[in-house]
Amino acid sequence: MDQIFLYFGLYLSFLMVISLYRAIFGPTVLDRLIGANAIGSKTVVLLILIGLIYDRVDMFVDIALAYAMLNFIAVLAASKYFHKRKGLHDELS
Amino acid sequence: MTHSPAKKKIFSFLLTFFIMVVVWVLLSGKFDAFHLSLGVISCAIVAYFSGDLIFDSPKIRGLPVAWMRFIRYIPWLLYQIFLANLHLLYLTFHPKLHDLIDPQIINFQSKLQSDISLVTFAHSITLTPGTITVDVSIDGEFNVHAIDEKSRKGLPGEMESRIAKAFGEG
Amino acid sequence: MNIIVTLLLICGLIFFTGGAVGIIRFPDFYSRLHPAGKLDTMGSLLIMIALSLFNLHHFSLGGLLTSLKIILIMVFVFLSSPTAVHGIVDAGVNAGLSPWTKEERRR
Repeated sequence: MDQIFLYFGLYLSFLMVISLYRAIFGPTVLDRLIGANAIGSKTVVLLILIGLIYDRVDMFVDIALAYAMLNFIAVLAASKYFHKRKGLHDELS
Repeated sequence: MTHSPAKKKIFSFLLTFFIMVVVWVLLSGKFDAFHLSLGVISCAIVAYFSGDLIFDSPKIRGLPVAWMRFIRYIPWLLYQIFLANLHLLYLTFHPKLHDLIDPQIINFQSKLQSDISLVTFAHSITLTPGTITVDVSIDGEFNVHAIDEKSRKGLPGEMESRIAKAFGEG
Repeated sequence: MNIIVTLLLICGLIFFTGGAVGIIRFPDFYSRLHPAGKLDTMGSLLIMIALSLFNLHHFSLGGLLTSLKIILIMVFVFLSSPTAVHGIVDAGVNAGLSPWTKEERRR
């Protein structure tokens, strides 16, 4: 079962690389934010998978919970910042 | 039946305290006297300061019934989310993606009254793939971004009447 | 037991793949939010159910608490993901980005 979890973790990392394309080359700031949010939601799952592989789920599940909250707060704060700033079109031109 | 403000305050304090103790035990996982007393003291302090923030509902009597009806609403929502997810998955892997989708922002007026039911409706719309709530006004006017014809047809539809039934608004 | 867990994991990964591919393929940022926000939520729901089932395989009190924590993460994701998506959409509307439509493509 550990082998299966290992390959699933590798595949999740590959999907995170695909999402990273949008976070790097996205045309607007909000596209980058979407990419970062997608990477964060995959990381939560990946953390629990790592915990199952190392047999320390009780520890890693707390880290995953904290990371989920951190991801949520980061996305909300960034979107609120660009909400006020109105600098989105500068990057397009 | 009317409730005095002091009684309502004590009720909301107790409910907040109970929920916080459950979350404390779940998160700490230690059952010795030291950790439990730490948890009870800190939960009491937090519930004393912010007890009236979470449960500001005017009617106390119907609360368990409303929770039961709300819990009965959740499986239907999950099933609906699953169906819409399959549709969005089909759209995503279709080769002629740009011909199939037709994104538009639509307006409609909802019949729901209270704040909590409006928030639940907006969350349910956003959780169902294909539709995103852009804006909600205080008297129930929704702006929804829908991705294609099929997801646009389902609004407001059955979901609104189910939420109205769950929160006791006819 | 292991077969059920593996099946649920594979279904979750299919949804995750749809989310990642959809972020690349959709034409503008309003429609990119649909796969990013929803398919990821559905995929993590399936994977978390599978992992909490696998965690309950050797039953103990600590294992039960850990599974309940995984379910708690799931409830939190279900509450927070629509809020984050709504925040991003609100920022986009406020900045005046117009949504992609079919007429724009024909021009």
